[in-house]
Amino acid sequence: MTGPDGSDDTAGHGARGPAMFLERRSYRRRRLMDAAKLLPIFGAVLFLIPLLWLISGSEAGPVPTSRAITYIFVVWALLIAVNALFGMGVKRWAETWVKSDQGGELSPDEDKSL
Amino acid sequence: MASLNILVAVCLGYVVFLFLVAFAADRFAARGAAARWLRSPLVYTLSLSIYCTAWTFYGAVGYAARSGLEFVTIYLGPTLVMMAWWWGLRKLVRVGRSQRVTSIADLISSRYGKSNMLAIGVTILAVIGVTPYIALQLQSITLSFEIFAEADPEQKYLSGSSVFWVATGLAVFAILFGTRNLDANERHHGVVTAVAVEAVVKLVALLAVGIFVVWGLAGGVGEMMARIDASEIGEWHVDSGRWVGITFLSAAAFLCLPRMFQVMVVENVDERHLRIAAWAFPLYLLLMSLFVVPIAVMGLDIMPETANPDLFVLTIPLSQGQGGLAMLSFLGGFSSATSMVIVAAMALSTMVSNHIVMPIWLRSRGSGASVSGDVRNVVLMARRISIAGVMVLGYVYYTLSGGGAALAAIGLIAFAGIAQILPALVGGLFWRGATRVGALAGLSAGFILWLYTMLLPNLGGVLMPETVLAYGPFGIGWLRPEALFGIDGLDPTIHAVIWSLGLNTTMFCLFSLASFPSPLERLQGAQFVNVFEHSAGPRGWTGSFAQSEDLMIMSQRILGAAEAQTFFQREVTRQGGRGHLPEPTPGFLERLERKLSGSVGAAAAHAMIGQIVGGSSVSVEDLLAVADETQQMLEYSNRLEEQSAQLTRTAAQLRDANEKLTQISLQKDAFLSQVSHELRTPMTSIRAFSEILRDTDELEAEDKTRYATIIHDEALRLTRLLDDLLDLSVLESGQVNLNIRSGRLSEVLDRAVATVLPGADRPIRVIRRSEDEGVDLDSDLDRLGQVFINLISNAQKYCDAEQPELRIQVHRIGDTLRIDFVDNGNGIPADAQKMVFEKFARVSSEKAGGAGLGLAICREIIQRLEGDIRYLPGEGGGAFRVTLPVATGRMAAQ
Repeated sequence: MTGPDGSDDTAGHGARGPAMFLERRSYRRRRLMDAAKLLPIFGAVLFLIPLLWLISGSEAGPVPTSRAITYIFVVWALLIAVNALFGMGVKRWAETWVKSDQGGELSPDEDKSL
Repeated sequence: MASLNILVAVCLGYVVFLFLVAFAADRFAARGAAARWLRSPLVYTLSLSIYCTAWTFYGAVGYAARSGLEFVTIYLGPTLVMMAWWWGLRKLVRVGRSQRVTSIADLISSRYGKSNMLAIGVTILAVIGVTPYIALQLQSITLSFEIFAEADPEQKYLSGSSVFWVATGLAVFAILFGTRNLDANERHHGVVTAVAVEAVVKLVALLAVGIFVVWGLAGGVGEMMARIDASEIGEWHVDSGRWVGITFLSAAAFLCLPRMFQVMVVENVDERHLRIAAWAFPLYLLLMSLFVVPIAVMGLDIMPETANPDLFVLTIPLSQGQGGLAMLSFLGGFSSATSMVIVAAMALSTMVSNHIVMPIWLRSRGSGASVSGDVRNVVLMARRISIAGVMVLGYVYYTLSGGGAALAAIGLIAFAGIAQILPALVGGLFWRGATRVGALAGLSAGFILWLYTMLLPNLGGVLMPETVLAYGPFGIGWLRPEALFGIDGLDPTIHAVIWSLGLNTTMFCLFSLASFPSPLERLQGAQFVNVFEHSAGPRGWTGSFAQSEDLMIMSQRILGAAEAQTFFQREVTRQGGRGHLPEPTPGFLERLERKLSGSVGAAAAHAMIGQIVGGSSVSVEDLLAVADETQQMLEYSNRLEEQSAQLTRTAAQLRDANEKLTQISLQKDAFLSQVSHELRTPMTSIRAFSEILRDTDELEAEDKTRYATIIHDEALRLTRLLDDLLDLSVLESGQVNLNIRSGRLSEVLDRAVATVLPGADRPIRVIRRSEDEGVDLDSDLDRLGQVFINLISNAQKYCDAEQPELRIQVHRIGDTLRIDFVDNGNGIPADAQKMVFEKFARVSSEKAGGAGLGLAICREIIQRLEGDIRYLPGEGGGAFRVTLPVATGRMAAQ
């Protein structure tokens, strides 16, 4: 997903060649891309947790549906919120992607190095 | 209690409203001044909601009533897909836009080197998978009608005819708004907007019923929760396999369903909308499922045992006397069904017409891909017919299946069928090594297994007898459709999914590894997998003035400033706007493309405009088309060059001819003046002397004789001159008849010498070698003699030596005979040498015996005899060489 140079609008890996430390902006962008990959895995794991109740529930009695509903919908809402935050992060840190043709959404501190 | 009549009226009113919405949206979009909301992320998000069909609107509650929370997996899959939007969906959308993909079949085929076989496979799979799904929607509409009909005993209700009319109405809608335009860049604004409106209606309806149930009937969240725990689905109990499997299946179907692909990729106007949809669509799903369990529990509680849980959404409000709410709920279900059917029919028809109907039509016409504008109408017609065909299939399936409970299971079956596309899709997007052979193998394997383990067992009856299901085909136990290789005890759905998708993926990988892709396939693979490096950033078809400016700049470069400005100005006038830049409406773009294609070729023009407007990258086919055109242009220019060279040659020849004509004309003038001069001189003396003879009376006899002699001599000279002229003109015009005879050269020379020498005052001495002259000739001997006489008499006349001598030498070289006449005089001065063969050319005026036509006549004669005569300089005197062919002379005689 990330290109060999910074010309694509993904993480900007290697935009500066083999530099040891990236500037804050590129660093942020990289972590954002990590989040992009982790998010669906994170979500899937959270949605799998109820399956564990099937095993543990045998001793303390079955888990009531109301609790399962609450858990699932809270996790669901959480994921939605995190994804919304990620969207805002993308808007903030990946200008090349957000930048419109008219330059309307261009943030003032545009990273010229991109 | 809402009567059926009111229901039908509301229903029709709602449909009319949808028509108006779609019509208005199309009008807005066509005017180019598309309102912002038409292209907003909100509309995009809402249009994604066609994922929620009637199966989920009504069926989710039924599902929950039967299996508890498991229903939620249908929504969790798409939610997880949306979580991965940045590296998953975004790539899909980018590829779709940059390759101008029109359907999922198109995407798959385009990834694997434009393989139409793959496209046909995906299309067939989609039609088989989606048709029952359409039937399911029709059934849901009928069922909901029936609920109202039961509540309204006065009306007789015929479910069959109502389904027919519903199907017809939906087909008309899809045809009207789905087949307006062709290009994938031109979106179906009308349909998408109508779908968005319906999305709002169904969400509002379900929320309203849910709120009514929780706060109106149960009395609050706490009470509701207590009621849930007390109900028959009050315990957390799901099948782990189904939980994971259906989540995965719904995620796969979300990506692969033709209608989802249509709204998510094809209708996407701006990639950036994904950023909003990534959280807004899961939120929509969450809201859609929020009240499902409460409604299900409430239905189980208060409705009679016999009530169909699938219709709790409708029957609970009805049973509580909430006619208005029931009506809203009905509209919600109606919306879910109609929007799904319309978009699915559109998407399927695109696939069917593009990959099945059009190839057949083109082949039947015998013309290749090079077809012109009239195909547009054919494609649109094919698409319309395909929509009608898909509808008919759905209707037929509905009537054949009898609308029974068998249909309810069809949702997951359709999901599993469509999910067979997933390996080829994901592999194509992320793995460059994926090949066409692999995709075909995977798809076929998955399709067959899906048919065998899932579709046929569920259809049952004739297609898959009970015995096969229980004991396997021909009693082979390990081939039992629902327990392949003896793996028993699995949930049939999970069993089918694991086997079909597992084998699909395995075959896909193995065959991809083993096969070698074609060059086009490899190029496309790179284009797909590395799409973010190849394509420009997210550019929506936003139709802004900035684009018009870009177009203007480009057009000026190609057409020239003045012409481009005139064209743009004309477009502004046509659009009735002001300023100097027109709105980039589809019509304008089309005309501009036509105009540009006149200069750079159709393919190049399309690619250029696509670059600016569509934000699409130049695909390999574009490049091939451009190369084709370039090739044609090269050929054309080569031909032009050839023609121009030919013209240059012709022009040079014409110039030469013209010069020659001018020269000849000058010669003619000179000749005429010469002739008149030559005629005048003797005439003058003849006139003068004849006047003397007439007017003078006493003339002496001697004078008389002298004058008469002069007159006679001059008359003779005139006659000779005229004879010579006549002779020359006959020779020059080529009308002379040669009298070819055989003879010896020596005899001809003898005669010539004998003719000239006698009678001369001081005969020239002629030196000859008779042994050389014994040559046989086939020629016009008289004419040849004339030439010799002329040459000898010239020598006789002009040789100014003390002892004039003429040597006649004969050489035979191969087939040519050279006869040289060389005298020992001073010869001809160098400046006169060139002129001696011209008419009236006389070397010295004082010795003017003849008219100066002799040598001209000689040259003409020798040329007629296919020989040559020229002056030989540097022989010590006047020297002429006559060259004659020996052999050709013989030839001419034959």
